[in-house]
Amino acid sequence: MTLIAAVFLPLLAALLCWLKPLRSIAWGTTVFCLSISFATSVTTAGQVLRNGRAVAIPGWIEVDGLSALVVLLVSFVCTLAAVYAGGYMRHDSQQKERLWWFYCNYNLLAFALIVVPAFASPNMVWVGVELITLFAILLVAFESTPRALEAAWKMAILTIMGAPISLLGFLVLYWAYHNSGGGTAETWQGLYAMSSAMPPNLLKFSFLLVFVGFGAKAGLAPMHTWLPDAHSQAPTPVCVVLSGIKTTVPLYAILRLLSIILASPEARIGNWMVVIGLFSVGIAAFLLLQVRDYKRMFAYSTVEHMGIILTAAGFATQGAAYGAVAQMLNHSITKSLCFYAAGMVLLTLGTRQISEVRGLFRTSPFTGSALLLCSLAIAGAPPFPIFLSEFSILSAGLRSGHNVAVAILAILIVVAFVAIMRQVNGMLFGKPESTSPVVRVPLSCRTAVVLAAIPVVVLGVYIPGPVHSLLQLAAQQLGGH
Amino acid sequence: MAGSQTQLIEGLNALTAGLILLTAFGMVATRQVQGVMRFFVVQSAFLAASAFLIGFSRSSIHLLALGVITIAAKVIAIPWVLKRTLPGDLYERREINQVINIPSSLLLALLLTIAAEFLVGPLLATTPDPVIHVNLPIGLAGILIGAYSLIARREALPQMVGILAMENGAFFAGIAIAPDLPLIAELAIAIDVILIAVVIGVLTRDIKQTTGTSEAAAMSELREEPQP
Repeated sequence: MTLIAAVFLPLLAALLCWLKPLRSIAWGTTVFCLSISFATSVTTAGQVLRNGRAVAIPGWIEVDGLSALVVLLVSFVCTLAAVYAGGYMRHDSQQKERLWWFYCNYNLLAFALIVVPAFASPNMVWVGVELITLFAILLVAFESTPRALEAAWKMAILTIMGAPISLLGFLVLYWAYHNSGGGTAETWQGLYAMSSAMPPNLLKFSFLLVFVGFGAKAGLAPMHTWLPDAHSQAPTPVCVVLSGIKTTVPLYAILRLLSIILASPEARIGNWMVVIGLFSVGIAAFLLLQVRDYKRMFAYSTVEHMGIILTAAGFATQGAAYGAVAQMLNHSITKSLCFYAAGMVLLTLGTRQISEVRGLFRTSPFTGSALLLCSLAIAGAPPFPIFLSEFSILSAGLRSGHNVAVAILAILIVVAFVAIMRQVNGMLFGKPESTSPVVRVPLSCRTAVVLAAIPVVVLGVYIPGPVHSLLQLAAQQLGGH
Repeated sequence: MAGSQTQLIEGLNALTAGLILLTAFGMVATRQVQGVMRFFVVQSAFLAASAFLIGFSRSSIHLLALGVITIAAKVIAIPWVLKRTLPGDLYERREINQVINIPSSLLLALLLTIAAEFLVGPLLATTPDPVIHVNLPIGLAGILIGAYSLIARREALPQMVGILAMENGAFFAGIAIAPDLPLIAELAIAIDVILIAVVIGVLTRDIKQTTGTSEAAAMSELREEPQP
């Protein structure tokens, strides 16, 4: 029951925002419904911890550890981003009379994001992921400036092109399942149980197609090019969702399928995942060095983190799987904080160029400290949670004998760290260039930043018991030996 | 008697497959926006015909439903939606700019078809079903040719038809390899395809209204180099 509420409340909110008499209170409706959705997803996660899984509609909507974790992350990120959107969109948007449309779309995106991990059937996951893409495109295009439309169009071509490819992949998967005597009710759980009975050729072909189709949506190189454009043009609350969770959800679907393939003894593709993951990390690390726009900078850092998660999953051990799911969690909470800070810089100074932002600590101490905190955290400095998960991925890789890959990964992480800190250093210190009056950051934005900073600070030094057990449960589902 | 009927239907299905491939080539060879659109509608009709044929021979209600859905969505709804959302001059008789000229494009499409045949070779070894042996390679070829026309053409509407043609390829393979997909999933997929058309249509209209052109090549402001 709680799972149903968590999944369908955003849809209800979208409907309410669309109704004419309620359009003026669209923001309030959104925040209210999404907070309840978050609360119910916390309860669902509790159920999963007690019973191993939570079932709403058998065979269609059910969650296990991994999907409960993703549901939790989606509702956390979407709720806080909605709070942030209140003040931000009122100040920044050029389309104030169409804000109800923004919130309506935003809720639909939240619904699509939350329903993908909740779906038990892979074919429905395909439908959900395509819905995510469509609503995200509409949100990127929301401001309707030529540049926003260009970004939306690039995103549409690159990500929707993957739709038919991944559809064929899921149909081949269904074929493999059905032919091995799996019946017509295909679920992730059933697939996992059947993994060694299905023909490995079919599984590999299906994974290849899904990987190509969903990899673009997850922002893996070399299909990442839509990501920085979309992030520089979309309204900041949308960036938070795009980077924090919209890339993670297709990656979740890829990892689910990967765990099934890895459980099949003949299909060895773990090392390929390591190579492709490292390629993404490498591309991102070197683009981070030369980036000039701070929203694009955080977008490239998302490409880096998606690569790290994929590499960890490719190591295919239990320890690396724990690192991968922990990295997923830490990426979501930290990256959303990054875009909250970036949005506040944009609100106060009105420029996206790194070179035009100087001495932020003097002009706006609150924004400056938020930016410093989030950059240290996202680059992976101790004692922040990303440091812990990256460390556990590296050590798990060493234990499984992937020495070369670990060495390359460690070097690239350091390059990315230096790149981010060098860029942010220039923004924070030095003498402010303009003496323009500082715009006061709206209260709702401040609230969202403070709330988002709590888990980033806490999880680095102390991981509460339930969170740890949820991560372990999720890592078990991800597989590995 | 039943055996010869099955053989007839398999033969007809192979004929439909050939026609679908032919329409895919036609889309690559056409230089007019309207022509590309017409080829897409014809291709969708052949897709529905194939679903009806196989659905009839295997008395599968799922495939008959899929045929009806295909006609409703792709032969009627999508062309209608596009006519409604897009300004008329996008449809005017004019030529599409293309990166690679048409003879070379056709040659490439031929190579892609052969590549598709090779790619699915190991998969076909797992089944003796003659329908899969026809539909899977042609479906994959449809996807690859659609992807090629998407990359080679720099204009919004033909790019979008490229995506829809890719989807036709996926469906054509799907009616052979996943004929008894649950109806809910089938419906959800069909609605999704319509939504894709609506969203891209709306986006194309906005781009046309804001920038006055529908050429994707004209949109190149966003890049990594500093802007002058």
